[in-house]
Amino acid sequence: MTSVRGTHRRKATMGADVATRAERRGELLHAMLRIRRFEERCVELYSAAKIRGFVHLYIGEEAVAVGVNEALTAEDAVVSTYREHGHALARGLPAEAIMAEMYGRATGCSGGRGGSMHLFDAGRHFYGGNAIVAGGLPLAAGLALADRMCGRSRVTCCFFGDGAFAEGEFHETANLAALWGLPLLFVCENNLYAMGTALQRHEAQTDLALRAASYGMAAWAVDGMDVEAVERAARRAAEGIRGGGGPYFLEMRTYRFRAHSMYDPDRYRDKAEVERWKARDPVTRLADRMREDAEPVEDLLGETERQVTEEIDAAVDGAERAPEEPVESLLQHVTSLRTEAT
Amino acid sequence: MASDAAGAAKTTYREAMREALREALRADDRVFLMGEDVGRYGGCFGVSLGLLEEFGPERILDTPLSESAFVGAGIGAALNGMRPIVEIMTVNFSLLALDQILNNAATLLHMSGGQLPVPLVIRMTTGAGRQLAAQHSHSLEGWYAHIPGIRVLAPATIEDARHMLAPALADPDPVLIFEHGSLYNASGELGPPAGPVDLDHAAVRRPGTDVSLITYGGSLPKALTAADELAADGIDAEVVDLRTLRPLDGRAVAASVARTHRAVVIDEAWRSGSLAAEVSARIAEDSFYELDAPVERVCSAEVPIPYARLLEQAALPQTADIIAAAHRAVD
Repeated sequence: MTSVRGTHRRKATMGADVATRAERRGELLHAMLRIRRFEERCVELYSAAKIRGFVHLYIGEEAVAVGVNEALTAEDAVVSTYREHGHALARGLPAEAIMAEMYGRATGCSGGRGGSMHLFDAGRHFYGGNAIVAGGLPLAAGLALADRMCGRSRVTCCFFGDGAFAEGEFHETANLAALWGLPLLFVCENNLYAMGTALQRHEAQTDLALRAASYGMAAWAVDGMDVEAVERAARRAAEGIRGGGGPYFLEMRTYRFRAHSMYDPDRYRDKAEVERWKARDPVTRLADRMREDAEPVEDLLGETERQVTEEIDAAVDGAERAPEEPVESLLQHVTSLRTEAT
Repeated sequence: MASDAAGAAKTTYREAMREALREALRADDRVFLMGEDVGRYGGCFGVSLGLLEEFGPERILDTPLSESAFVGAGIGAALNGMRPIVEIMTVNFSLLALDQILNNAATLLHMSGGQLPVPLVIRMTTGAGRQLAAQHSHSLEGWYAHIPGIRVLAPATIEDARHMLAPALADPDPVLIFEHGSLYNASGELGPPAGPVDLDHAAVRRPGTDVSLITYGGSLPKALTAADELAADGIDAEVVDLRTLRPLDGRAVAASVARTHRAVVIDEAWRSGSLAAEVSARIAEDSFYELDAPVERVCSAEVPIPYARLLEQAALPQTADIIAAAHRAVD
C-alpha cells in the first residue's frame, strides 16, 4: 500500500514498530477521512448528475476497510462487493481512476465498463466489485486455491455483507475453504441490513461468527467501528492464515450512516438507531482517543482535511477532463482475441 | 466414425476425452481437474478413471456437491495463473453455477476493461436418451451459446473429443465443452493427430448437393444415419457439424445452403428460442435468396424429457424425423 501523496503513509519503507503510535493513528485517520470525503463528494456529483447508476456509500464503515488493509501486503488479493469505494481506496487504487470510472471515462479503473459497483485493478490484485451478493466468495476461494497450489504465502481477503449469509454461495465457499484449508480471510461487514431487511428479519441465527465457526474455521466478532480493534483482529487472522492455519472469519460489526444506495429513501430504519451508531463514528472515535492520549490531533486533522480535499479535487478535475470511451470500442474486451460478433 | 487408416487405434469417445485430459495434465503444470467424483470414483461417466492415481490429489480434486463454489473457484484459480478444467456432472446441475458462469466467468474481462481474462475450461455432459428423466436429460447448451464472452464447444466425434481440449485450454477466455451422454461409448479408430483442431469453424461431415442437415453433438450420428438412408431414396444430403456453438460459424452454414438450397436444422433442445432458431434466423438473414424451400427444424418436443422409454424417444429428434423433414424440403 503506497501513498497517493507519498508523505503520510510510510509503512512501505518504515516498520510499524518504528513509527510512533500517534503517527500510526494519524495514518489511519487520514485513510478513513480520505474515504469519507471522497464519498461525500460522490454524493454531490451524483446530485449534479455527473455520476449515474447505483452508488452504494461506505460512510460509517471506513474502519473496516482501513483496519483490514493494515494487515495485508501489496501482494495480497482483495475481492470486494458493490459497496467498494472504501476497499478500493484503502488498497491504493488512485482516487482519480476510481472517480473517472464513476464518470464512465476511458481513464477509469475499469475503462468505463464497470462504474461504481465494478472497480478493478489487476496490478494491485484488486479483483473487484461484485454486484451479486456472495458472488465474489467462490472466486476468492479460487484465488486462494491457486496460491496454495503454487506455494505462495499470499492471503486472499474477501469482503461481503451480512446479506451474504442467506446465500448458498457463502455456505458453499465456507465449507470448501475450511475443507481444503485455503488461505482465505472472510471479512463479513455486518451492517445489520441486507439492503432494507434487518438482520433479525433475514437470519434465524444472527450470531454470524458462531455460524462461520461451525464450518471448522477460526471466527470471531470485532467492533467494526474501532479501526484499531479491526487492525488487531485482521493482523491476528492474517498471521494465522500465513502460518498455514487455513481460512479465518471476522464478523465486523458496523453500520452504514447513509441509505443503501442513492435510490433508497431509508424508510426501514429508526432515525434514533442511526443516531446511536453515528455516536460511534470511527473517525471521531479515533480522534477522541488521540486527544485522550494527549496526542496532537487538531493540526493533524486540519492538515489531513487539506490533503484529502486537494487529492479529491484533483481526482474530480482529472475525471472531468478525461476522454470518453469511443463508441467504436463497444465490443472490446468481450473476448481476448476476437472481436465478438456472434 | 471408423477409420481405415493403417495404424489407427481403436478407442471410444470416453477414452479419447480421457487421453486429452491426460495429455493436458502432462503438458502443463498449471492444468488441474476439479469436480464432483472426478477422482476416486473416476468420474460420473468414467471419463477421468485412473487420472487420480497418475496425477495425484493436488491435480485431480474431488469437490463437495457445491457447483457454484467449485466453478467459482475455477474462475478464481484461472485469474490467478492456473489453467483449471472444471467438470460439472451434467448441464442440468450447471444451473446451480449459472451465476458464476454468466456473472463472473463471461463478464469479468469486459467489466474490468480487459484486465481480467478467465482462461477456464468447463466440461459437462448434456442430452437425453438414457431414460434418466427430466432433471438429468436436458440440452441447455443453446442457452450458454446466448452469452457473449464464452466459447461453447460440442465435440461430436472421437477426433474432436480427443483434440478439442488442447485448443480450449489455449484460449484465454472461458470455454464450455458439452459432451453428449450418448456419445461416450461411441467407438471407432482414432487416426494420428492432424494438428490442433480449429475451434472457429464448423465441419462438413458428409458432402452432398440436395439438402443441408445442420446439427451438432449427440444429433450428429442421427443426421449421418439419416443421410445414408436418404441416399437410398436418391437424395444426396450434406451433413454440417457446427462443432462450435459460439461463436457460430455462419459462413459454413451459408456456404452449405448455397450448395444445396435447402436446410434442415437438427437440435436436441426445445425448438422455441433454441440454437436451431438462431441457425434458422441466420439462414433467413444470410441465405434467403439461396433457399428453394422453407427451413425445416427437427427439435425435441416442448416437454420436460420423460422417463418412460416410449415417451422419451417420442420427445427426441429421431432419424425418421430428420428423413421426413429432408423430404419435405426436397420434394
